[in-house]
Amino acid sequence: MLDTVAAGLLHVLRRVGGRTIAIIGWVGYATRFSLAVVRETPAAFTRLNLTLREIYFSGVLSLVIILVSGLFVGMVLALQGYDVLQRYGAAESLGVLVALSLVRELGPVVAGLLFASRAGSAITAEIGLMKATEQLSAMEMMAVDPLARVVAPRFWGGIISMPLLAALFSTLGVFGAYLVGVKLIGIDAGAFWGNMQAGVDFRYDIVNGVIKSIVFGVAGEPHRGVRGLRRQADRRRGLDGDDAHGRRKLARDPRPRLRPHRVHVPGVA
Amino acid sequence: MPSVVSNNALGLQCRSLEYRSDVRPQAPAPVPAAAQPEYAVELADVTFAYDRREVLTGISMAVPRGGVVGIMGGSGCGKTTILRLIGGQLKPKSGRVLVDGESIPDLDREALYVMRRKVGMLFQFGALFTDMSVYENIAFALREHTDLPEELVRDLVLMKLHAVGLRGAAPLMPSELSGGMARRVALARAIALDPMLVMYDEPFAGLDPISLGVIGQLIRRMSDALGITSLIVTHDIYESLKIVDYLYFVSEGKIIAQGTPAEVRASDDAFVRQFVDGAPDGPVPFHYPAAPYRSELFARA
Repeated sequence: MLDTVAAGLLHVLRRVGGRTIAIIGWVGYATRFSLAVVRETPAAFTRLNLTLREIYFSGVLSLVIILVSGLFVGMVLALQGYDVLQRYGAAESLGVLVALSLVRELGPVVAGLLFASRAGSAITAEIGLMKATEQLSAMEMMAVDPLARVVAPRFWGGIISMPLLAALFSTLGVFGAYLVGVKLIGIDAGAFWGNMQAGVDFRYDIVNGVIKSIVFGVAGEPHRGVRGLRRQADRRRGLDGDDAHGRRKLARDPRPRLRPHRVHVPGVA
Repeated sequence: MPSVVSNNALGLQCRSLEYRSDVRPQAPAPVPAAAQPEYAVELADVTFAYDRREVLTGISMAVPRGGVVGIMGGSGCGKTTILRLIGGQLKPKSGRVLVDGESIPDLDREALYVMRRKVGMLFQFGALFTDMSVYENIAFALREHTDLPEELVRDLVLMKLHAVGLRGAAPLMPSELSGGMARRVALARAIALDPMLVMYDEPFAGLDPISLGVIGQLIRRMSDALGITSLIVTHDIYESLKIVDYLYFVSEGKIIAQGTPAEVRASDDAFVRQFVDGAPDGPVPFHYPAAPYRSELFARA
């Protein structure tokens, strides 16, 4: 009986220890990866066209989901906020409530989550695909560092896109609140905008919101790269890159084409 | 010889390849096993392990300049690992890996990248960049490593594509290519920087007989016309015997046989015979190790 309990405890301890070591290993790996990407920052800006292209894929193509979500979040906030505020005779404060909620908290957080789910997963899948189909190995063998050529432009593309998307999310949210609060419910437009202007501080509220969104961008981007490149560790364990998993990813490459399907080559029909 | 001298658009005299099925290249002299100077690649007593699992044990081989050398063996015997060691993507546990006289494990990152510019590699399924056209794939290394004007890059790309017979496919995307075409584009990309050595990782895998023959002949002709050293990792014995000068057989991480194609054909070594004849049973057993059949079947009785 005692032996069984001791064996059970030992098993639990082993599992907890194993998990802890794995998590520490993962954090170490991600930290080293992030530092290596930051070290390659100059490469992202000497290849500015690559970074601009990533801003387009991460930022511009995420606009629809960010703008639509921002608009509806703002509308819902206004609708529910009005319901509560009007009980206390403070319906004119609706603008401040919505603006502060969006600029300080919801803008960076929800935009960050949406950005992670759309652009982040696309980046992870794309880097994973490149890993699985040996494109990164091919790049390495051509004496081109994949961190500088592939990861650094995506990292900076994400970091630059994130605060802009969060700002647009908040802007559309405020506009949505205006539509519901002023146009639909009938709150005075002067009170709505005036209270908002008086209640939102640029440095304390807006700048902090921007900083928060940059932090989310910095925290998320290396994670996506690590996830995509994690297959390196699989290969070190003896699993080759061209397995069925890789081919499945190849079949459902979610990334849009970088250019039209056929390209013009000078002098070639 | 399959090479021709022509003038390109800029009036520069350049050497390019014409594929002619009626021309059979002259095979270079057979490669002695050892002690020949000027080896492009040398491995001496190389041992390598993934964590604790030993993959290669005491591998020694030499690839002479301009030669076409094959490494054969079953799946998972460590063939591709040898290429990765030569390319510096892996470091050996012990032993020496020399490419062009330089010890690869001792090179720092910068020196390794400089060395890699002299080495081309064709990956198993081509590994073409899926977001770039065929043209952009070939131009990639030229743009990354040189400041050549775009007109010259264009000429070089078209020359490389012409050499593999795919000049007309320049505007296509990799997804529009067949397996054989993708492999030929990858070959053109591998020679984009006129490397001293080209390594081929399973160049014949998954190809139809025509594409297989084309790739085999291209490898041979590239080597003969441009003086490129070729190292081919494959398990296609028939195609390899047609094009290589020398063969190494690897099994369970060790070199167990080697020789010229003629020696391989005449060999009575059990492993080589099983490989050449495609016999299902032999030194590489048909059955995975298990308990005796009879005892397992009647264990419950």
